[in-house]
Amino acid sequence: MTTARVRAHRRLQAFRVVVLTVLGLFFLVPLGSMAAYSVRVPAGGRTLDFWRQLGQDPDLRGAIVTSLELSLLTVVLMLVLLVPTMVWVRLRVPGMSRIVEFLCLLPLTIPAIVLVVGLKGVYAWVTYFLGDSSLTLTFAYVVLVLPYAYRSIDAGLASIDVVTLSEAARGLGAGWFTVITRIIVPNIGAALLSAAFISVALVLGEFTLASLLSYTNLQVVINLLGKSDSQTSVAASLASLVFAFVLLILLSLVGRRRGARRTAPALDLMAPPVAKEG
Amino acid sequence: MSRGVRRLVPVLGLVPFLGYLTIFLLIPTVSVVVGAFVEKDRASLSNIRALGDEVVLRTLWRSIELSAESAIIGAVLGALLAYAVVTGRPDGTLRRSVTSACGVLAQFGGVTLAFAFIATLGFSGVVTEAGRDVLGVDLFGSGWLFGLKGLTLVYTYFQIPLMVIVFLPSLDGMRSQWREAAESLGASTWQFWRYVAGPLLLPAFLGSTLLLFANAFAAYATAAALVSQGSPILPLLIRNALTSEIVLGQSHLAFALALDMIVVVVVVMTMYALLLRRTSRWLR
Repeated sequence: MTTARVRAHRRLQAFRVVVLTVLGLFFLVPLGSMAAYSVRVPAGGRTLDFWRQLGQDPDLRGAIVTSLELSLLTVVLMLVLLVPTMVWVRLRVPGMSRIVEFLCLLPLTIPAIVLVVGLKGVYAWVTYFLGDSSLTLTFAYVVLVLPYAYRSIDAGLASIDVVTLSEAARGLGAGWFTVITRIIVPNIGAALLSAAFISVALVLGEFTLASLLSYTNLQVVINLLGKSDSQTSVAASLASLVFAFVLLILLSLVGRRRGARRTAPALDLMAPPVAKEG
Repeated sequence: MSRGVRRLVPVLGLVPFLGYLTIFLLIPTVSVVVGAFVEKDRASLSNIRALGDEVVLRTLWRSIELSAESAIIGAVLGALLAYAVVTGRPDGTLRRSVTSACGVLAQFGGVTLAFAFIATLGFSGVVTEAGRDVLGVDLFGSGWLFGLKGLTLVYTYFQIPLMVIVFLPSLDGMRSQWREAAESLGASTWQFWRYVAGPLLLPAFLGSTLLLFANAFAAYATAAALVSQGSPILPLLIRNALTSEIVLGQSHLAFALALDMIVVVVVVMTMYALLLRRTSRWLR
Protein backbone atom coordinates (compact mmCIF):
# COMPACT_ATOMS: atom_id res chain seq x y z
CA MET A 1 0.00 0.00 0.00
CA THR A 2 2.65 2.51 1.03
CA THR A 3 5.01 1.54 -1.78
CA ALA A 4 2.11 1.95 -4.20
CA ARG A 5 1.49 5.39 -2.70
CA VAL A 6 5.12 6.35 -3.07
CA ARG A 7 5.17 5.12 -6.65
CA ALA A 8 1.97 7.02 -7.46
CA HIS A 9 3.40 10.13 -5.89
CA ARG A 10 6.62 9.82 -7.88
CA ARG A 11 4.65 9.32 -11.08
CA LEU A 12 2.61 12.43 -10.32
CA GLN A 13 5.76 14.47 -9.73
CA ALA A 14 7.26 13.25 -13.02
CA PHE A 15 4.02 14.15 -14.81
CA ARG A 16 4.05 17.65 -13.33
CA VAL A 17 7.67 18.28 -14.26
CA VAL A 18 7.11 17.15 -17.85
CA VAL A 19 3.92 19.20 -18.32
CA LEU A 20 5.35 22.35 -16.77
CA THR A 21 8.62 22.12 -18.71
CA VAL A 22 7.09 21.40 -22.11
CA LEU A 23 4.35 24.03 -21.84
CA GLY A 24 6.72 26.47 -20.20
CA LEU A 25 8.98 26.19 -23.24
CA PHE A 26 6.01 26.57 -25.58
CA PHE A 27 5.13 29.87 -23.91
CA LEU A 28 8.64 31.22 -23.42
CA VAL A 29 10.25 30.38 -26.76
CA PRO A 30 8.14 32.81 -28.86
CA LEU A 31 8.76 35.60 -26.34
CA GLY A 32 12.48 34.90 -26.27
CA SER A 33 12.52 34.69 -30.08
CA MET A 34 10.93 38.13 -30.31
CA ALA A 35 13.64 39.58 -28.11
CA ALA A 36 16.40 37.85 -30.09
CA TYR A 37 14.83 38.75 -33.45
CA SER A 38 14.55 42.44 -32.57
CA VAL A 39 18.27 42.86 -31.81
CA ARG A 40 19.69 40.63 -34.55
CA VAL A 41 22.02 41.83 -37.29
CA PRO A 42 22.00 39.75 -40.52
CA ALA A 43 25.81 39.62 -40.66
CA GLY A 44 25.97 38.46 -37.03
CA GLY A 45 26.14 40.34 -33.75
CA ARG A 46 23.53 42.45 -32.04
CA THR A 47 22.18 45.98 -32.25
CA LEU A 48 19.67 48.15 -30.44
CA ASP A 49 18.99 50.21 -33.58
CA PHE A 50 15.52 48.77 -34.04
CA TRP A 51 14.60 49.63 -30.47
CA ARG A 52 15.92 53.17 -30.96
CA GLN A 53 13.71 53.33 -34.03
CA LEU A 54 10.66 53.09 -31.76
CA GLY A 55 11.18 56.62 -30.51
CA GLN A 56 12.28 57.99 -33.87
CA ASP A 57 9.90 56.66 -36.48
CA PRO A 58 7.30 59.47 -36.75
CA ASP A 59 4.39 57.14 -37.67
CA LEU A 60 5.13 54.89 -34.75
CA ARG A 61 5.50 57.76 -32.33
CA GLY A 62 2.24 59.28 -33.49
CA ALA A 63 0.51 55.93 -33.12
CA ILE A 64 1.87 55.39 -29.61
CA VAL A 65 0.52 58.80 -28.61
CA THR A 66 -2.85 58.08 -30.24
CA SER A 67 -3.17 54.73 -28.45
CA LEU A 68 -2.25 56.25 -25.10
CA GLU A 69 -4.79 59.05 -25.62
CA LEU A 70 -7.38 56.46 -26.64
CA SER A 71 -6.79 54.44 -23.49
CA LEU A 72 -7.05 57.52 -21.29
CA LEU A 73 -10.29 58.68 -22.97
CA THR A 74 -11.73 55.17 -22.84
CA VAL A 75 -11.02 54.84 -19.13
CA VAL A 76 -12.56 58.24 -18.35
CA LEU A 77 -15.68 57.69 -20.43
CA MET A 78 -16.07 54.13 -19.11
CA LEU A 79 -15.88 55.31 -15.49
CA VAL A 80 -18.22 58.26 -16.05
CA LEU A 81 -20.75 56.02 -17.74
CA LEU A 82 -20.48 52.93 -15.58
CA VAL A 83 -19.90 54.03 -11.98
CA PRO A 84 -22.93 56.35 -11.54
CA THR A 85 -25.13 53.87 -13.40
CA MET A 86 -24.08 50.88 -11.30
CA VAL A 87 -24.41 52.82 -8.03
CA TRP A 88 -27.80 54.12 -9.12
CA VAL A 89 -28.99 50.62 -9.98
CA ARG A 90 -27.99 49.32 -6.55
CA LEU A 91 -29.64 52.19 -4.72
CA ARG A 92 -32.77 53.10 -6.62
CA VAL A 93 -33.64 50.57 -9.33
CA PRO A 94 -32.37 47.14 -8.23
CA GLY A 95 -34.99 45.60 -10.50
CA MET A 96 -32.92 46.74 -13.49
CA SER A 97 -29.72 45.07 -12.31
CA ARG A 98 -30.21 41.96 -14.47
CA ILE A 99 -30.77 44.04 -17.59
CA VAL A 100 -27.72 46.21 -16.91
CA GLU A 101 -25.62 43.12 -16.27
CA PHE A 102 -26.87 41.48 -19.44
CA LEU A 103 -26.07 44.57 -21.52
CA CYS A 104 -22.63 44.92 -19.97
CA LEU A 105 -21.70 41.30 -20.61
CA LEU A 106 -23.25 41.22 -24.10
CA PRO A 107 -20.05 42.39 -25.88
CA LEU A 108 -18.37 39.17 -24.69
CA THR A 109 -20.60 37.13 -26.97
CA ILE A 110 -20.53 39.45 -29.99
CA PRO A 111 -17.26 39.01 -31.88
CA ALA A 112 -15.50 42.31 -32.63
CA ILE A 113 -15.50 41.40 -36.31
CA VAL A 114 -19.32 41.22 -36.18
CA LEU A 115 -19.64 44.44 -34.20
CA VAL A 116 -17.50 46.29 -36.72
CA VAL A 117 -19.89 45.42 -39.54
CA GLY A 118 -22.72 47.10 -37.66
CA LEU A 119 -20.57 49.95 -36.38
CA LYS A 120 -19.68 51.10 -39.90
CA GLY A 121 -23.07 52.77 -40.24
CA VAL A 122 -22.92 54.32 -36.77
CA TYR A 123 -19.45 55.66 -37.46
CA ALA A 124 -20.63 57.37 -40.62
CA TRP A 125 -22.69 59.56 -38.25
CA VAL A 126 -19.90 59.90 -35.68
CA THR A 127 -17.60 61.17 -38.44
CA TYR A 128 -20.32 63.53 -39.65
CA PHE A 129 -20.71 65.11 -36.19
CA LEU A 130 -17.21 64.85 -34.72
CA GLY A 131 -14.83 64.58 -37.66
CA ASP A 132 -12.74 61.55 -38.55
CA SER A 133 -10.15 61.67 -35.77
CA SER A 134 -8.88 58.28 -34.61
CA LEU A 135 -9.84 59.34 -31.11
CA THR A 136 -13.51 58.78 -31.95
CA LEU A 137 -12.68 55.08 -31.58
CA THR A 138 -13.14 55.76 -27.87
CA PHE A 139 -16.90 55.26 -28.24
CA ALA A 140 -16.50 51.74 -29.58
CA TYR A 141 -13.71 50.90 -27.15
CA VAL A 142 -15.90 51.70 -24.16
CA VAL A 143 -18.25 48.98 -25.41
CA LEU A 144 -15.33 46.55 -25.83
CA VAL A 145 -14.01 47.01 -22.29
CA LEU A 146 -17.47 47.08 -20.72
CA PRO A 147 -17.68 43.41 -19.62
CA TYR A 148 -14.29 43.47 -17.89
CA ALA A 149 -14.83 46.87 -16.29
CA TYR A 150 -18.32 45.85 -15.19
CA ARG A 151 -17.04 42.72 -13.48
CA SER A 152 -14.38 44.44 -11.43
CA ILE A 153 -16.57 47.41 -10.46
CA ASP A 154 -19.39 45.03 -9.56
CA ALA A 155 -17.02 43.06 -7.31
CA GLY A 156 -15.91 46.34 -5.72
CA LEU A 157 -19.46 47.49 -5.05
CA ALA A 158 -20.41 44.09 -3.67
CA SER A 159 -17.61 44.36 -1.11
CA ILE A 160 -19.02 47.53 0.48
CA ASP A 161 -22.46 48.31 1.84
CA VAL A 162 -23.53 50.85 -0.78
CA VAL A 163 -27.02 51.35 0.62
CA THR A 164 -25.97 52.08 4.23
CA LEU A 165 -23.08 54.28 3.16
CA SER A 166 -25.19 56.40 0.86
CA GLU A 167 -28.12 56.61 3.28
CA ALA A 168 -25.74 57.83 5.97
CA ALA A 169 -24.34 60.44 3.59
CA ARG A 170 -27.78 61.47 2.35
CA GLY A 171 -28.97 61.77 5.97
CA LEU A 172 -26.12 64.18 6.60
CA GLY A 173 -27.27 66.28 3.65
CA ALA A 174 -25.05 65.07 0.83
CA GLY A 175 -26.38 65.20 -2.72
CA TRP A 176 -26.12 62.30 -5.15
CA PHE A 177 -23.03 63.73 -6.81
CA THR A 178 -21.26 63.97 -3.44
CA VAL A 179 -22.37 60.45 -2.52
CA ILE A 180 -20.80 59.01 -5.65
CA THR A 181 -17.62 61.09 -5.79
CA ARG A 182 -16.80 61.41 -2.09
CA ILE A 183 -18.32 58.29 -0.52
CA ILE A 184 -18.56 55.45 -3.04
CA VAL A 185 -15.56 56.10 -5.29
CA PRO A 186 -12.95 56.34 -2.49
CA ASN A 187 -14.24 53.07 -1.08
CA ILE A 188 -13.92 51.10 -4.33
CA GLY A 189 -10.61 52.61 -5.43
CA ALA A 190 -8.94 49.25 -5.99
CA ALA A 191 -11.83 48.01 -8.13
CA LEU A 192 -11.77 51.17 -10.25
CA LEU A 193 -8.03 50.85 -10.65
CA SER A 194 -8.30 47.28 -11.87
CA ALA A 195 -11.13 48.26 -14.25
CA ALA A 196 -8.86 51.02 -15.60
CA PHE A 197 -5.85 48.71 -15.98
CA ILE A 198 -7.68 46.05 -17.92
CA SER A 199 -9.24 48.73 -20.14
CA VAL A 200 -5.84 50.24 -20.93
CA ALA A 201 -4.40 46.81 -21.69
CA LEU A 202 -7.28 46.01 -24.05
CA VAL A 203 -7.20 49.36 -25.84
CA LEU A 204 -3.43 49.21 -26.40
CA GLY A 205 -3.82 45.79 -28.02
CA GLU A 206 -6.89 46.61 -30.10
CA PHE A 207 -6.60 46.05 -33.83
CA THR A 208 -9.89 44.80 -35.31
CA LEU A 209 -12.08 47.88 -34.94
CA ALA A 210 -9.31 50.37 -35.70
CA SER A 211 -8.15 48.70 -38.88
CA LEU A 212 -11.60 47.91 -40.30
CA LEU A 213 -13.04 51.34 -39.48
CA SER A 214 -9.91 52.74 -41.22
CA TYR A 215 -8.43 54.49 -38.22
CA THR A 216 -4.84 54.46 -37.05
CA ASN A 217 -3.69 53.17 -33.69
CA LEU A 218 -0.59 51.45 -32.39
CA GLN A 219 -1.49 47.96 -33.59
CA VAL A 220 -2.49 49.17 -37.06
CA VAL A 221 0.88 50.89 -37.47
CA ILE A 222 2.79 47.88 -36.10
CA ASN A 223 0.98 45.70 -38.60
CA LEU A 224 1.83 48.04 -41.49
CA LEU A 225 5.42 48.28 -40.33
CA GLY A 226 5.66 44.49 -40.36
CA LYS A 227 5.55 44.59 -44.15
CA SER A 228 8.46 47.02 -44.56
CA ASP A 229 10.63 46.73 -41.45
CA SER A 230 9.90 43.51 -39.65
CA GLN A 231 12.56 43.89 -36.96
CA THR A 232 11.31 47.29 -35.78
CA SER A 233 7.76 45.97 -35.84
CA VAL A 234 8.79 43.02 -33.66
CA ALA A 235 10.55 45.39 -31.28
CA ALA A 236 7.38 47.50 -31.11
CA SER A 237 5.25 44.38 -30.58
CA LEU A 238 7.48 43.24 -27.75
CA ALA A 239 7.45 46.71 -26.17
CA SER A 240 3.66 46.99 -26.27
CA LEU A 241 3.40 43.44 -24.99
CA VAL A 242 5.70 44.04 -22.04
CA PHE A 243 3.77 47.19 -21.20
CA ALA A 244 0.47 45.28 -21.24
CA PHE A 245 2.00 42.44 -19.20
CA VAL A 246 3.17 44.89 -16.55
CA LEU A 247 -0.28 46.46 -16.41
CA LEU A 248 -2.01 43.10 -16.08
CA ILE A 249 0.42 41.87 -13.42
CA LEU A 250 -0.16 45.09 -11.46
CA LEU A 251 -3.84 44.34 -11.91
CA SER A 252 -3.51 40.94 -10.26
CA LEU A 253 -1.61 42.55 -7.37
CA VAL A 254 -4.36 45.14 -6.92
CA GLY A 255 -6.92 42.36 -6.99
CA ARG A 256 -5.09 40.47 -4.28
CA ARG A 257 -4.86 43.51 -2.04
CA ARG A 258 -8.56 44.19 -2.31
CA GLY A 259 -9.24 41.75 0.53
CA ALA A 260 -7.03 43.75 2.86
CA ARG A 261 -8.56 46.99 1.70
CA ARG A 262 -12.03 45.89 2.71
CA THR A 263 -11.30 45.80 6.42
CA ALA A 264 -9.79 49.30 6.37
CA PRO A 265 -10.72 51.06 9.63
CA ALA A 266 -12.61 53.87 7.89
CA LEU A 267 -15.01 51.28 6.56
CA ASP A 268 -15.40 49.38 9.79
CA LEU A 269 -16.67 52.47 11.54
CA MET A 270 -19.47 53.02 9.09
CA ALA A 271 -20.63 49.57 8.16
CA PRO A 272 -19.91 46.01 9.11
CA PRO A 273 -17.57 44.41 6.59
CA VAL A 274 -19.59 42.52 4.05
CA ALA A 275 -18.27 39.09 3.26
CA LYS A 276 -19.89 38.80 -0.14
CA GLU A 277 -17.44 38.91 -3.00
CA GLY A 278 -18.66 39.18 -6.57
CA MET B 1 -50.71 59.37 -13.36
CA SER B 2 -48.38 61.49 -11.25
CA ARG B 3 -47.48 58.51 -9.11
CA GLY B 4 -46.58 56.57 -12.22
CA VAL B 5 -44.34 59.43 -13.30
CA ARG B 6 -42.68 59.54 -9.92
CA ARG B 7 -42.01 55.85 -10.08
CA LEU B 8 -40.40 56.40 -13.48
CA VAL B 9 -37.96 59.04 -12.25
CA PRO B 10 -35.35 56.62 -10.84
CA VAL B 11 -35.31 54.76 -14.16
CA LEU B 12 -34.43 58.05 -15.86
CA GLY B 13 -31.05 57.85 -14.13
CA LEU B 14 -30.23 55.00 -16.48
CA VAL B 15 -30.97 56.99 -19.62
CA PRO B 16 -27.35 58.02 -20.39
CA PHE B 17 -26.12 54.43 -20.01
CA LEU B 18 -28.97 52.88 -21.96
CA GLY B 19 -28.77 55.56 -24.64
CA TYR B 20 -25.06 55.02 -25.09
CA LEU B 21 -25.39 51.26 -25.36
CA THR B 22 -28.31 51.64 -27.75
CA ILE B 23 -26.18 53.66 -30.14
CA PHE B 24 -22.91 51.76 -29.88
CA LEU B 25 -24.01 48.21 -29.10
CA LEU B 26 -27.66 47.53 -29.85
CA ILE B 27 -28.03 49.48 -33.11
CA PRO B 28 -24.87 47.91 -34.58
CA THR B 29 -26.00 44.44 -33.58
CA VAL B 30 -29.54 44.90 -34.87
CA SER B 31 -28.27 46.51 -38.06
CA VAL B 32 -26.16 43.41 -38.74
CA VAL B 33 -29.25 41.22 -38.51
CA VAL B 34 -31.41 43.61 -40.54
CA GLY B 35 -28.65 44.37 -43.04
CA ALA B 36 -28.33 40.69 -43.87
CA PHE B 37 -31.81 40.87 -45.38
CA VAL B 38 -31.20 44.02 -47.43
CA GLU B 39 -29.60 44.36 -50.87
CA LYS B 40 -29.49 47.58 -52.88
CA ASP B 41 -31.70 49.32 -50.28
CA ARG B 42 -34.44 46.74 -50.63
CA ALA B 43 -35.53 43.79 -48.59
CA SER B 44 -33.94 40.79 -50.19
CA LEU B 45 -32.90 37.26 -49.44
CA SER B 46 -30.05 37.31 -51.94
CA ASN B 47 -27.39 37.78 -49.25
CA ILE B 48 -28.77 34.93 -47.20
CA ARG B 49 -28.85 32.82 -50.33
CA ALA B 50 -25.21 33.74 -50.95
CA LEU B 51 -24.37 32.06 -47.65
CA GLY B 52 -25.09 28.78 -49.41
CA ASP B 53 -22.43 29.57 -51.98
CA GLU B 54 -19.69 26.98 -52.14
CA VAL B 55 -16.96 29.50 -51.29
CA VAL B 56 -18.78 30.68 -48.16
CA LEU B 57 -19.62 27.16 -47.01
CA ARG B 58 -16.05 26.01 -47.46
CA THR B 59 -14.76 29.03 -45.54
CA LEU B 60 -17.27 28.46 -42.75
CA TRP B 61 -16.22 24.84 -42.54
CA ARG B 62 -12.53 25.77 -42.34
CA SER B 63 -13.35 28.26 -39.57
CA ILE B 64 -15.16 25.56 -37.64
CA GLU B 65 -12.32 23.12 -38.21
CA LEU B 66 -9.70 25.63 -37.04
CA SER B 67 -11.73 26.59 -33.97
CA ALA B 68 -12.45 22.97 -33.06
CA GLU B 69 -8.84 21.86 -33.50
CA SER B 70 -7.38 24.72 -31.49
CA ALA B 71 -10.12 24.32 -28.86
CA ILE B 72 -9.50 20.58 -28.40
CA ILE B 73 -5.71 20.92 -28.32
CA GLY B 74 -5.99 23.91 -25.99
CA ALA B 75 -8.50 22.13 -23.75
CA VAL B 76 -6.43 18.96 -23.38
CA LEU B 77 -3.11 20.72 -22.78
CA GLY B 78 -4.76 23.37 -20.60
CA ALA B 79 -6.45 20.70 -18.49
CA LEU B 80 -3.12 18.90 -18.04
CA LEU B 81 -1.46 22.16 -17.02
CA ALA B 82 -4.31 22.95 -14.64
CA TYR B 83 -3.98 19.49 -13.09
CA ALA B 84 -0.22 19.93 -12.71
CA VAL B 85 -0.91 23.19 -10.89
CA VAL B 86 -3.76 21.90 -8.74
CA THR B 87 -1.71 18.98 -7.42
CA GLY B 88 0.85 21.43 -6.08
CA ARG B 89 0.45 23.45 -2.92
CA PRO B 90 -2.71 25.59 -3.05
CA ASP B 91 -0.90 28.74 -1.88
CA GLY B 92 2.47 27.95 -3.46
CA THR B 93 4.49 30.24 -5.72
CA LEU B 94 4.02 27.88 -8.65
CA ARG B 95 0.27 28.11 -8.57
CA ARG B 96 0.26 31.86 -8.13
CA SER B 97 2.72 32.52 -10.94
CA VAL B 98 1.03 30.10 -13.35
CA THR B 99 -2.42 31.56 -12.74
CA SER B 100 -1.30 35.15 -13.16
CA ALA B 101 0.75 34.24 -16.23
CA CYS B 102 -2.33 32.56 -17.67
CA GLY B 103 -4.46 35.61 -16.91
CA VAL B 104 -2.01 37.70 -18.89
CA LEU B 105 -1.40 35.27 -21.76
CA ALA B 106 -5.09 34.57 -22.34
CA GLN B 107 -5.42 38.27 -23.26
CA PHE B 108 -2.43 38.04 -25.57
CA GLY B 109 -3.51 37.93 -29.15
CA GLY B 110 -3.74 39.92 -32.31
CA VAL B 111 -0.91 41.53 -34.20
CA THR B 112 1.70 41.10 -31.49
CA LEU B 113 1.02 37.37 -31.16
CA ALA B 114 1.22 36.89 -34.91
CA PHE B 115 4.55 38.73 -34.96
CA ALA B 116 5.85 36.68 -32.04
CA PHE B 117 5.37 33.55 -34.12
CA ILE B 118 6.78 35.15 -37.25
CA ALA B 119 9.89 36.01 -35.22
CA THR B 120 9.98 32.39 -34.04
CA LEU B 121 8.95 30.22 -36.96
CA GLY B 122 8.76 32.63 -39.88
CA PHE B 123 11.16 32.36 -42.84
CA SER B 124 13.97 34.07 -40.91
CA GLY B 125 12.58 33.30 -37.46
CA VAL B 126 14.97 32.56 -34.63
CA VAL B 127 13.89 28.92 -34.22
CA THR B 128 13.71 28.36 -37.98
CA GLU B 129 17.29 29.58 -38.41
CA ALA B 130 18.50 27.58 -35.45
CA GLY B 131 16.86 24.51 -37.00
CA ARG B 132 18.54 25.23 -40.33
CA ASP B 133 22.00 25.89 -38.87
CA VAL B 134 22.15 23.40 -36.04
CA LEU B 135 19.96 20.49 -37.08
CA GLY B 136 19.80 21.00 -40.81
CA VAL B 137 15.99 20.83 -40.67
CA ASP B 138 13.75 23.18 -42.63
CA LEU B 139 11.04 24.09 -40.14
CA PHE B 140 9.59 26.77 -42.39
CA GLY B 141 8.65 24.29 -45.11
CA SER B 142 6.40 25.88 -47.69
CA GLY B 143 5.11 28.52 -45.28
CA TRP B 144 2.71 26.39 -43.22
CA LEU B 145 2.81 29.07 -40.51
CA PHE B 146 0.72 31.36 -42.70
CA GLY B 147 -1.95 28.76 -43.38
CA LEU B 148 -4.55 26.95 -41.28
CA LYS B 149 -1.96 24.78 -39.51
CA GLY B 150 -0.07 27.88 -38.47
CA LEU B 151 -3.25 29.52 -37.22
CA THR B 152 -4.05 26.43 -35.16
CA LEU B 153 -0.63 26.56 -33.54
CA VAL B 154 -0.78 30.30 -32.88
CA TYR B 155 -4.32 30.13 -31.47
CA THR B 156 -3.20 27.39 -29.09
CA TYR B 157 -1.01 30.01 -27.48
CA PHE B 158 -4.00 31.86 -26.04
CA GLN B 159 -6.30 28.84 -25.79
CA ILE B 160 -4.20 26.92 -23.24
CA PRO B 161 -4.08 29.80 -20.70
CA LEU B 162 -7.80 30.44 -21.14
CA MET B 163 -8.48 26.76 -20.46
CA VAL B 164 -6.41 26.91 -17.28
CA ILE B 165 -8.43 29.92 -16.08
CA VAL B 166 -11.86 28.43 -16.76
CA PHE B 167 -11.07 24.82 -15.81
CA LEU B 168 -9.05 25.36 -12.65
CA PRO B 169 -12.09 26.10 -10.44
CA SER B 170 -13.65 22.75 -11.41
CA LEU B 171 -10.48 20.86 -10.50
CA ASP B 172 -10.38 22.80 -7.24
CA GLY B 173 -13.93 21.61 -6.57
CA MET B 174 -12.79 17.98 -6.48
CA ARG B 175 -12.69 16.74 -2.90
CA SER B 176 -9.81 14.60 -1.74
CA GLN B 177 -12.42 12.61 0.22
CA TRP B 178 -13.82 11.30 -3.07
CA ARG B 179 -10.46 9.84 -3.91
CA GLU B 180 -10.07 8.37 -0.42
CA ALA B 181 -13.58 6.93 -0.52
CA ALA B 182 -12.90 5.33 -3.90
CA GLU B 183 -9.56 3.95 -2.70
CA SER B 184 -11.01 2.51 0.46
CA LEU B 185 -13.55 0.71 -1.70
CA GLY B 186 -10.63 -0.78 -3.62
CA ALA B 187 -10.65 1.40 -6.74
CA SER B 188 -7.46 1.71 -8.76
CA THR B 189 -6.27 5.08 -10.07
CA TRP B 190 -7.68 4.22 -13.48
CA GLN B 191 -11.02 3.23 -11.99
CA PHE B 192 -11.17 6.42 -9.96
CA TRP B 193 -10.66 8.55 -13.07
CA ARG B 194 -12.94 6.41 -15.22
CA TYR B 195 -15.91 6.14 -12.84
CA VAL B 196 -15.65 9.09 -10.42
CA ALA B 197 -13.51 12.03 -11.49
CA GLY B 198 -14.00 11.65 -15.24
CA PRO B 199 -17.81 11.74 -15.26
CA LEU B 200 -17.80 14.59 -12.73
CA LEU B 201 -15.35 16.70 -14.68
CA LEU B 202 -16.65 15.89 -18.15
CA PRO B 203 -19.38 18.56 -18.31
CA ALA B 204 -16.96 21.24 -17.10
CA PHE B 205 -14.34 20.05 -19.58
CA LEU B 206 -16.78 20.06 -22.50
CA GLY B 207 -18.16 23.44 -21.45
CA SER B 208 -14.69 24.94 -21.31
CA THR B 209 -13.92 23.44 -24.70
CA LEU B 210 -17.00 25.15 -26.14
CA LEU B 211 -15.88 28.45 -24.66
CA LEU B 212 -12.49 27.97 -26.30
CA PHE B 213 -14.23 27.16 -29.56
CA ALA B 214 -16.19 30.41 -29.45
CA ASN B 215 -13.02 32.26 -28.51
CA ALA B 216 -11.15 30.95 -31.57
CA PHE B 217 -14.14 31.33 -33.86
CA ALA B 218 -14.46 35.02 -32.99
CA ALA B 219 -10.74 35.79 -33.23
CA TYR B 220 -9.84 38.12 -36.07
CA ALA B 221 -6.75 40.21 -35.40
CA THR B 222 -4.26 37.33 -35.12
CA ALA B 223 -5.41 35.81 -38.38
CA ALA B 224 -5.53 39.19 -40.11
CA ALA B 225 -1.92 39.92 -39.21
CA LEU B 226 -0.71 36.43 -40.08
CA VAL B 227 -2.65 35.74 -43.29
CA SER B 228 -2.28 38.52 -45.82
CA GLN B 229 -3.35 36.56 -48.88
CA GLY B 230 -6.78 35.09 -49.44
CA SER B 231 -9.56 34.57 -46.93
CA PRO B 232 -9.30 31.05 -45.57
CA ILE B 233 -11.59 31.68 -42.58
CA LEU B 234 -14.88 33.49 -42.03
CA PRO B 235 -13.57 36.58 -40.17
CA LEU B 236 -11.13 37.18 -43.02
CA LEU B 237 -13.91 36.75 -45.59
CA ILE B 238 -15.80 39.47 -43.70
CA ARG B 239 -12.73 41.68 -43.98
CA ASN B 240 -12.71 41.02 -47.69
CA ALA B 241 -16.42 41.82 -47.98
CA LEU B 242 -15.99 45.02 -45.96
CA THR B 243 -12.99 46.37 -47.82
CA SER B 244 -14.03 45.51 -51.37
CA GLU B 245 -17.32 46.83 -52.68
CA ILE B 246 -18.79 43.63 -54.03
CA VAL B 247 -18.04 40.02 -53.15
CA LEU B 248 -19.88 37.14 -54.84
CA GLY B 249 -22.05 39.75 -56.57
CA GLN B 250 -23.41 41.05 -53.25
CA SER B 251 -22.79 44.44 -51.66
CA HIS B 252 -24.22 43.45 -48.27
CA LEU B 253 -22.48 40.11 -47.93
CA ALA B 254 -20.55 41.27 -44.85
CA PHE B 255 -23.83 41.56 -42.95
CA ALA B 256 -24.94 38.07 -43.90
CA LEU B 257 -21.53 36.62 -43.01
CA ALA B 258 -21.63 38.43 -39.67
CA LEU B 259 -25.09 37.00 -39.06
CA ASP B 260 -23.68 33.58 -39.88
CA MET B 261 -21.06 34.11 -37.16
CA ILE B 262 -23.65 35.30 -34.65
CA VAL B 263 -25.70 32.15 -35.24
CA VAL B 264 -22.72 29.86 -34.66
CA VAL B 265 -21.63 31.77 -31.54
CA VAL B 266 -25.15 31.79 -30.09
CA VAL B 267 -25.52 28.03 -30.64
CA VAL B 268 -22.13 27.34 -29.01
CA MET B 269 -22.74 29.68 -26.08
CA THR B 270 -26.19 28.18 -25.44
CA MET B 271 -24.65 24.73 -25.25
CA TYR B 272 -22.00 26.20 -22.94
CA ALA B 273 -24.65 27.68 -20.62
CA LEU B 274 -26.51 24.35 -20.49
CA LEU B 275 -23.34 22.45 -19.62
CA LEU B 276 -22.40 25.04 -17.03
CA ARG B 277 -25.70 24.54 -15.26
CA ARG B 278 -25.01 20.81 -15.11
CA THR B 279 -21.51 21.37 -13.77
CA SER B 280 -22.47 23.75 -11.01
CA ARG B 281 -24.72 21.11 -9.52
CA TRP B 282 -21.66 19.07 -8.48
CA LEU B 283 -18.68 21.29 -8.21
CA ARG B 284 -18.95 24.30 -6.00
